[in-house]
Amino acid sequence: MKTGAKILIEGLQREGVETIFGYPGGVVLPIYDELYNSSLRHILVRHEQAAAHAADGFARASGRVGVCLATSGPGACNLVTGIATAYMDSVSIVALTGQVPTSLLGNDAFQESDITGITLPITKHNYLVKRTEELGHVIREAFYISRTGRPGPVLIDLPKDVSTKEIEYEYPESEQVNLRGYQPTYRGHTRQIDKAIEMMMEAERPLLYVGGGVISSNASAELVSLAEMMGIPVTTTLMGIGAIPCDHPLNLGMLGMHGTRYANYAVTESDLLIAIGVRFDDRVTGKLDTFASQARIIHVDIDPAEIGKNKRVDVPIVGDSKAVLQEMRERIQKRKEYERWLSRIRTWKEKFPMKYPRDGVLRPQFVIEQLSELLAGEGIIVSEVGQNQMWTAQYYCFRHPRTWITSGGLGTMGYGFPAAMGAHFARPDQVVFDIAGDGSFQMNIQELGTVSHYQIPVKVAILNNRFLGMVRQWQELFYDRRYSYTELPAVDFVKIANAYGIDGMRVEDTNDVRPALQAAIETDGPFILDFRVEREENVFPMVPAGAAINEMIGGLNE
Amino acid sequence: MKPHTLSVLVENKPGVLSRVTGLFSRRGFNIESLAVGTCEEPEMSRITIVCIGDDAQIEQVMKQLNKLIDVIKVSDITENDRVERELALIKVTAEPGSSRAEIMQIASIFRAQIIDVGSRTVVLSVTGDTEKIDALEKLLRQYGVKELVRTGKIAILRGTKTVKSAK
Repeated sequence: MKTGAKILIEGLQREGVETIFGYPGGVVLPIYDELYNSSLRHILVRHEQAAAHAADGFARASGRVGVCLATSGPGACNLVTGIATAYMDSVSIVALTGQVPTSLLGNDAFQESDITGITLPITKHNYLVKRTEELGHVIREAFYISRTGRPGPVLIDLPKDVSTKEIEYEYPESEQVNLRGYQPTYRGHTRQIDKAIEMMMEAERPLLYVGGGVISSNASAELVSLAEMMGIPVTTTLMGIGAIPCDHPLNLGMLGMHGTRYANYAVTESDLLIAIGVRFDDRVTGKLDTFASQARIIHVDIDPAEIGKNKRVDVPIVGDSKAVLQEMRERIQKRKEYERWLSRIRTWKEKFPMKYPRDGVLRPQFVIEQLSELLAGEGIIVSEVGQNQMWTAQYYCFRHPRTWITSGGLGTMGYGFPAAMGAHFARPDQVVFDIAGDGSFQMNIQELGTVSHYQIPVKVAILNNRFLGMVRQWQELFYDRRYSYTELPAVDFVKIANAYGIDGMRVEDTNDVRPALQAAIETDGPFILDFRVEREENVFPMVPAGAAINEMIGGLNE
Repeated sequence: MKPHTLSVLVENKPGVLSRVTGLFSRRGFNIESLAVGTCEEPEMSRITIVCIGDDAQIEQVMKQLNKLIDVIKVSDITENDRVERELALIKVTAEPGSSRAEIMQIASIFRAQIIDVGSRTVVLSVTGDTEKIDALEKLLRQYGVKELVRTGKIAILRGTKTVKSAK
């Protein structure tokens, strides 16, 4: 005889789960009791939101499913932001929530909330398990749905009596999940792929526009191989960074609102846009009808609903990025030279390089560049959201996929620190840095407790400008410098870290940046760096809201 | 922009209807009419949805519906040769006398049935397409429609074709 709780823990282990992030509470007591003697490692976070982000960071860094656990009501509700973050960025996590006993469901019982209802729009699928007998199957299905097709979060809600009830249960050795309503397409249509290749042969100015789909399908090698074989330049979205090494001659860096001038010019002048694992997000396209308006568009995505959603597409290819890129490469018979196009792009690159003033002032870009040099493209870099995120995307040289972890779609401040904890458990061999702003860091600062408790060696580099910097930037540029509620009082982050038993250092001079970063890297445990940076630095180039992406502010070589 | 009739085959599980309708409201699509019930397959239900939108919007609705795990098949049968029906129950003021006779006459023209007769009201049951029910309702207004209950539209293809076999 096994309790539901035991079936759950066994199920998780059968899915290959080793670490879960959670927070106990009333209705999950039976599950925690089962965890007490289990070989599953449970990391006690300080707020459930952090559990969801940590599971998400784990999933992004490892390519496996991340798992978080919370109690009913407030516990479950605290997961919501984390689940929505994972949903927007297509990250596979399984969220487990306790629920009041089935006999009390719908009664407004203590700590009851309709979490399957609440998370309906932000999960790929969710379950309210009403019978212990279903549990084993539900776990199998949840993991399958979460990691296959377009990945996404799945929530399982477990009423207390489902966890405590004992039943005869043996896990089937190999149970195939077969869902008639869920059959993702992995292989692209051959005829469509041939059509795409034909277009590449006809094009004079082709451009690969790649995103998170390439990272999540582990298709970086295939992408770089196709780009090199054809000599087609590549621009990545925020989520696609790492798909091609930053210093690859064909890489144009990020496009969109804070993209490079040369990437945005290339999109605007391109005559063939090969979009792979992207969704034509508004932060990428700017004014939609001027985006790639000279180009025919090939769109490869595993989610058919993304194709044609925002932009009319000439050649839709539904399929997994990796499989499609592989097949494309195999089916290409001829080569074509795009030398004039590449030389035009080189001219832009030379004329409009990414740069900032090097005047001895401690600027955030400098801190990121220094870290980039020190780690030489190794390590895992997680960011918060806002200016810190954009500067990292612009100035850190990423060389590998899954080493850049950031909340793109939802733009969740407070994501980075807990996600960095998760990334550490996925890749304990790697140095993990959270590049933070003082605003974002304070949104999940309580996780200093977790990091200290388990000595999780996450390094936090706070680009402290005592502003909610990105909002302040918009106020400066578009609201006549009326800094309405964006200034923050000074906080002594080193003291706070010390109170948790964590070492830290404040840095106010450019000369101290490198030694401080070095010290953080060499410290075995967690480390907090408080960089007092130039307060009113802006992220440039910038496409104002609603403008065409080639109409950028800043980044000109004056 | 024209009405499209979507026939959606779903798993007969709790919560499926709210997944489907939630998707419509969340993505800003309007439902004109909706009908749901069991179907020829024991563990499935069929939802018939009429919604208005341009081709791109309808395509997006269908793709988003298809993403729901519990949705098995989505078919737009607007262009297919089909039979559509709605059912309405209409309670009409009918004082004994001439108006009652007129109402019964109208009912017989529309092949509506009188399913309840009270001292001052009658209840009509009518099936047909939207236009027919609208027309009957309009005619009955002059007598006083006290209450009107109407189902969503259901539809089936003509001939041997089925929604499941249609593309």
